[in-house]
Amino acid sequence: MTAARPLPYTAMARMAGRRLLHAAPVLLAVTFGVFAIAAASPFDPVKAYAGTAGMTASKEALADLRANLGADQPFAARWWDWLTTALSGDLGDSTSMRQPVAAVIGERIGWTMLLCAVAFAAAVVVGTLLGVLAARRRGGLLDRTVTSLAYSLEAAPPFWLGLLAVWLFALQLGVLPAGGLTDTGTDTATFGQVGSHLLLPASVLAVSQLPWFVLYVRQGVGDALDEDPVRGAKARGLAPRTVLFGHALRSGLLPVLTLIGTRVPELITGALLIETVFSWPGIAAATVEAATGVDFPLLAALTVLATAAVLLGNLISDLLYGLADPRVGFDG
Amino acid sequence: MSARGARTLVAAAVLGSVAAGAAACSDPSKPGAAGRSKDSAVVGVAYEPDTLSPLLGYGKDGNSKIFDGLLTRDADMRLRPALAAALPEVGDGGKTYTYRLRKGVKFSDGKPFTAQDVVFTYDTILDPKTNNPSKGELDAVRDVEAKGDHTVVFRLKYPYAAFAERTVLPIAPKHAAGNGDVNTGPFNTKPIGTGPYTLAGWSKGEKLSFKANPRYWGPKPKVRKLTMAIIMDDDIRATRLRAGDLDGAILPPNLAKAFKGEQGQKTLAAETADHRAVTLPTGNPVTGDKAVRRALDIGVDRKAMVDGLLEGAGHAAYGPVPTTSEWFAKGTERAHDPARAKRILTDGGWKPGAGGIRTKDGKRAAFTLWYPAGDKLRQQHALAFAADAKKLGVDAKVESGSWEVIEPRMKRDAVLAGGGSPADPDFDLHGMLHSSLAGEGFNNMASYDNPAVDAALEKGRQSGKKAERKKSYDTVQRELAKDPGYIFLTHIDHLYVIGDRWQNLTTQIEPHDHGYGTGPWWNAESWQPKQ
Repeated sequence: MTAARPLPYTAMARMAGRRLLHAAPVLLAVTFGVFAIAAASPFDPVKAYAGTAGMTASKEALADLRANLGADQPFAARWWDWLTTALSGDLGDSTSMRQPVAAVIGERIGWTMLLCAVAFAAAVVVGTLLGVLAARRRGGLLDRTVTSLAYSLEAAPPFWLGLLAVWLFALQLGVLPAGGLTDTGTDTATFGQVGSHLLLPASVLAVSQLPWFVLYVRQGVGDALDEDPVRGAKARGLAPRTVLFGHALRSGLLPVLTLIGTRVPELITGALLIETVFSWPGIAAATVEAATGVDFPLLAALTVLATAAVLLGNLISDLLYGLADPRVGFDG
Repeated sequence: MSARGARTLVAAAVLGSVAAGAAACSDPSKPGAAGRSKDSAVVGVAYEPDTLSPLLGYGKDGNSKIFDGLLTRDADMRLRPALAAALPEVGDGGKTYTYRLRKGVKFSDGKPFTAQDVVFTYDTILDPKTNNPSKGELDAVRDVEAKGDHTVVFRLKYPYAAFAERTVLPIAPKHAAGNGDVNTGPFNTKPIGTGPYTLAGWSKGEKLSFKANPRYWGPKPKVRKLTMAIIMDDDIRATRLRAGDLDGAILPPNLAKAFKGEQGQKTLAAETADHRAVTLPTGNPVTGDKAVRRALDIGVDRKAMVDGLLEGAGHAAYGPVPTTSEWFAKGTERAHDPARAKRILTDGGWKPGAGGIRTKDGKRAAFTLWYPAGDKLRQQHALAFAADAKKLGVDAKVESGSWEVIEPRMKRDAVLAGGGSPADPDFDLHGMLHSSLAGEGFNNMASYDNPAVDAALEKGRQSGKKAERKKSYDTVQRELAKDPGYIFLTHIDHLYVIGDRWQNLTTQIEPHDHGYGTGPWWNAESWQPKQ
């Protein structure tokens, strides 16, 4: 690579600051929307809370519950209550989990982040690799195989891939556990236990994200191979490998940087589905329960988290793009 | 990135995937039932508790593993003392219940159990600020008082014969559960009790694990470690049982059948009070008509449902009380008699009309029958019922929906309902049939209203004498046969397949809601391994 030039820290910080200011109204609108949609849903928070006990519950018990849960108040008032207490640092209590929201998220987010990080890293690395290999000889056997496979995978829903993987690796071959964080009889989450249980869900999540990286890299690197500087390098007699990785890949990777940011929302929804299929103890189960249980505080906190992750993903990819291609700058 | 860098990357990726594959292949993490140690058991259940705090309803029907109630039930559903030293003394015409408590009992954290803990538990549950949806079950309680450290007196608002059955409710320690918010505090996930087990871990959505409580006041459990794997899907549960991941599991009849005659596996069918019934709302002119009700009641082929839908694992039901119960009114069984059913309809003014559907005063004998979407067993019951009704000239239009859709329609439309609490006839009969609860949530769904039944129900719950109670509930069941506001179809057995490693496994009579407190593992603390 070239000699180190100082990074434009002030410009980057300014961009991050601007984005932070934009994030505030976005988060406000999103949480208000979530409260409104949850209130409009046919689910009754009191019935959801009571569960099967609600089937035989007395009128008085249900009335107590309704008052205690605040379910008798309009959603706008509940949103305002939630917002003011959340700003003071208290995320409130989750009604569906019978725990403070901070505790629910605290004990789950780590597992979700582990799953997402491993899957995302694998998708980026393997996707880039396959993309480069496909771009090297466009129209070749490898290219056609990889590309058609990528298009098929792009169309396959993640939960379907998950069920397929469980069927193949856990039921037919019996080589990997079908779900959970550890074996059923084991309680301690050792490295080996978690590793063997992580392999299948992380692979499926990675595979579901893979096609975009493969196709973007293939396109980017393929186009770069046809550009004048690269052809010039080839003409100068540089080794094909040097040309491919040193010249073509560098400019071909630029679109991938944008992709990293825009893939975050899909990664989150994919993770929710994968976690459900594999009984992974992350935030997915909590999200589903929060939604069907009209658990406002938990739902709002999870929405804020997801929105923040998306905004952060965009910011990071814009910063990276600005660094990789100084012509773009940090004005966004 | 240099060429060397890329090469390293490829090598690392290949190496990584090979290593992962190898690790997976050599992974010996499939213990198999035979390989597991004798003092542990892993069972698969379909249900996960929302909380482990008795204050919010955990274990209210007993067998909570972590906690004990004042009383408990044996295999024959008879009440036995647990944290109480003896069965309660009933005084003041059935309005006071006095419990003397067992001495020397300690909670798993070493603190002693006293009468204060009992008072705390009941007072907290009855506090309007506590979000316990089952608190209505303690409706009869006026107050709870500790007399010294080892006596507790419950004073009731009205004489209530079934009250002792409610005191299997688990007792929480005041010193541990009294701190923090009862609705969301740490006690919900980190319980402390006097029971045979303590919580070893709870991975939500995956499993609950228990280990033997060294301070338990009763005999030391032989099963030192008990894991309840939460597997909602029936097929996955069956697969994991077959793979040896589980020692036992609850299964629907069609999946349990596959394990029949298998070496080392045993199938246990638990008798239940779990009924399936069609509500016939009083407010609907068709389902509220006595002739229609009586015709449907003898026109449905219950035996065909038991044999066909349940594969024989169940019983015909003629009311909430199972025919095998000592409270069942002998002689109220109704034979399947479609010819008489048609006569009853004709005599009641329902004449054959267009399309084979009867009419009376221009009104078609038609109504809608709902079942909750996704519940296959109820769907099958609903379709079988509708087919039988059709043969009589009654059109029951079967539709499915979520409870949110069904609930507002329950006053006019029929519902394929399910329920059942076996401990005392008052629990089901009063809730389902007393007119004061008509249309109140899911209690009296059919809005059943029969003064003779109301009077008998009152008498049955207040009388202190068992013979008198029996007579009252016989009256209720006879009246119900004369004017069936519900068509009871079946009581369904719950099937459990379990590794044959323990002696004399039993099941209790099970309620509708079954999970971790029912099944052969209701008394896992007393299991004895086979030699």
